[in-house]
Amino acid sequence: MKTFHIGGVHPAENKLSAASPIKVAAIPKQAVFSMFQHIGAPAVPVVKKGDEVKVGTLLGEAGKGLSVPVFSSVSGKVSKVDAVLDSSGTRRMAVVVDVEGDEWLETIDRSDKLVTMKDLGNITSEEVVNRIKAAGIVGMGGATFPTGVKLMPPPGTKAEAIIVNAVECEPYLTADHRLMLEKPEQILVGVQLIKHAVNCPKAFIGIEMNKPDAIKLLTDLLKEKATQYPGIEVVPLKVKYPQGGEKQLIDAVIGRQVPAPPALPINVGAIVQNVGTVYAIYEAVTKRKPLIERIITVTGKSVKQPSNFLARIGTPMQQLIDEAGGLPEDTGKIIGGGPMMGRALMSLEVPVTKGSSGLLLMTEKESRRGEVSPCIRCGKCVSACPMGLEPYLLASYTRLKDWDGCEKNDVTSCIECGSCAFTCPSNRPLLDNIRVAKQTVMGIIKARHMESISKK
Amino acid sequence: MNVILIAVIVLGGIGLVAALILFLAGKKFAVHEDERIAKVAEVLPQANCGGCGFPGCSGFAGACVKAADKGSLEGLLCPVGGQAVMEQVADILGMKAEASAPKVAVVRCNGTCESRPRVAEFDGAQSCKVQQMLGSGETACAFGCLGCGDCVAACQFDAIRMNPETGLPEVDEEKCTACGACSKACPRGIIEIRLKGLKNRRVVVLCNNKDKGAQTRKACSVGCIACQKCVKVCKFEAITVDANLAHIDAEKCKLCRKCEDECPQHAIQAFNFPPRKPKAEEAQSPTSPTPNPSPVREGE
Repeated sequence: MKTFHIGGVHPAENKLSAASPIKVAAIPKQAVFSMFQHIGAPAVPVVKKGDEVKVGTLLGEAGKGLSVPVFSSVSGKVSKVDAVLDSSGTRRMAVVVDVEGDEWLETIDRSDKLVTMKDLGNITSEEVVNRIKAAGIVGMGGATFPTGVKLMPPPGTKAEAIIVNAVECEPYLTADHRLMLEKPEQILVGVQLIKHAVNCPKAFIGIEMNKPDAIKLLTDLLKEKATQYPGIEVVPLKVKYPQGGEKQLIDAVIGRQVPAPPALPINVGAIVQNVGTVYAIYEAVTKRKPLIERIITVTGKSVKQPSNFLARIGTPMQQLIDEAGGLPEDTGKIIGGGPMMGRALMSLEVPVTKGSSGLLLMTEKESRRGEVSPCIRCGKCVSACPMGLEPYLLASYTRLKDWDGCEKNDVTSCIECGSCAFTCPSNRPLLDNIRVAKQTVMGIIKARHMESISKK
Repeated sequence: MNVILIAVIVLGGIGLVAALILFLAGKKFAVHEDERIAKVAEVLPQANCGGCGFPGCSGFAGACVKAADKGSLEGLLCPVGGQAVMEQVADILGMKAEASAPKVAVVRCNGTCESRPRVAEFDGAQSCKVQQMLGSGETACAFGCLGCGDCVAACQFDAIRMNPETGLPEVDEEKCTACGACSKACPRGIIEIRLKGLKNRRVVVLCNNKDKGAQTRKACSVGCIACQKCVKVCKFEAITVDANLAHIDAEKCKLCRKCEDECPQHAIQAFNFPPRKPKAEEAQSPTSPTPNPSPVREGE
């Protein structure tokens, strides 16, 4: 069975909501659209207070450089364009819409009918990429990198393999799993569209073995319609965290290693797209539907009905928790995302964004970190690190503020998966420290780069 | 016997040759350091704090000598030694020291445990930098002190300490050298290196919150709400409100304390003033506007 070769850990899976079908969440009374839903420059609001908007109306156009537009997922009136509390606890620019009815733009095809490549006729690859860009699609596994940019390989590189990330290695989360079970053919069409966009003959769908139903469904479908979906292969993978990491998945599926930054997956001929992104691409290209809703798992050991919701972007988290049976009394921490890489939310007013893959309600007991004790040099963190780093060493360098030492030991390669802190028997906050070092060293590298440019 | 003699002669010979080579090399490759650098370094405090912006005291001494050759010591200041040391340095280099007013670190946050309720709990690595990276901290104020003491760890002079009662750092003015290490260590930029002021007296806005007034008020009972009252009451145009936060220009401030009385949030506070006299005598209180106040250094 294939998997990545360095490090990795096995957290308890806890896929509580795996059997619960996707429910359509109610349309909120008020929706908040942050202009900071993606990596890169924020979107720039193009509406003002009092404007009438429909589902699909552009709210914010893409900023300069790396950026994507933001669309309304509801119809109603803009009540304010102002800084609003976001998931990090700071106030950032957002558009707030008071919902009235549910009126969609007429350009969006709302039917459920499957549109295949044949129905699209002679669509050019540029047109596919343009529609993806215009729909404001970002990586929906949580990294929120603009997808359109990923589908334009820089000169000198060529896509040799599309890898669909359907691993969902984070414990608890089941959004991608349910999506594969309920929209398998749409996903396959989406994969074809990506293949077409970057002119790449081969695509792989990497799925971990803890989702046998999804593996079977997609494999059977591909066998049955081999002529319709050529060049797509389902790759079952051994369960191991963090297999969903881009570099780990490339290693697992096609056995290639992405060099240290600034190298990108495309340098080894791979393009990785999350399965949720693939579905969004399908909807954007075939139905002209911008990215206005996503599937989000609401789960936790004390949650009454752990569920998967199809929620409009901008829906307050509080509403989803209510729909999943309300906030359990013993909740200690609410995490946006999964337990390994997610971040604790400061408030429940925070809306669903393009990158919200899950909402995990941890019990008071689970949410406590253990007492920190001294490092016993057991080396567990070194064996766990999927990037082959030495977390204990990096954490020590950080404490000593030895940024040169951090840089020499490749701190910038850290993918912040948290395997080191997860495995540490002394409960040391390794990742907390390494993150500081990574940010500092990246700042130093950037400053050095700017200096060398100005000297020239 | 013969063997010993040979060994002595051979080793002695090698030693002599090596010594000769070393001697000649020493002459040829001798590094002539400007002797003024050593002299200047001698009068510096040798704290090697880097507050001057150079790597250690000898680095600063080198920079002083270089600057003196160019004709001016402008812009160079040892924050630890202050004016006195700079005058000594200038004497050695045959220059005239520029007048510089002593400065001190000021913590611009007054959000104590009572005035700023905790809304969350942070149990990660006890570092302000880590906390800042992960979220907005334990209170609803995204601009105030995080309370993990990165500034305390950065201070080489033991001049800043956490007060366990308020949860805020306190600066010991006697010890503070205004090297700026704490200011750089604070991820929220709360600590300002500010003019010490006439007789060490200062009037400061103790807040860093750039949110709108209503939001600030929810997060903290002593936060600046940008009501502009202080701006209106100030006769010297020393106060400006930028990004929902008032700031008092220490150079323009004449220490009249009118803004302190006017501030509805008590975010403006005065330091080192004598206890207030009864109302009638207030007319002669420290308003005496000297045209160009040359600050007096005290208590050092």
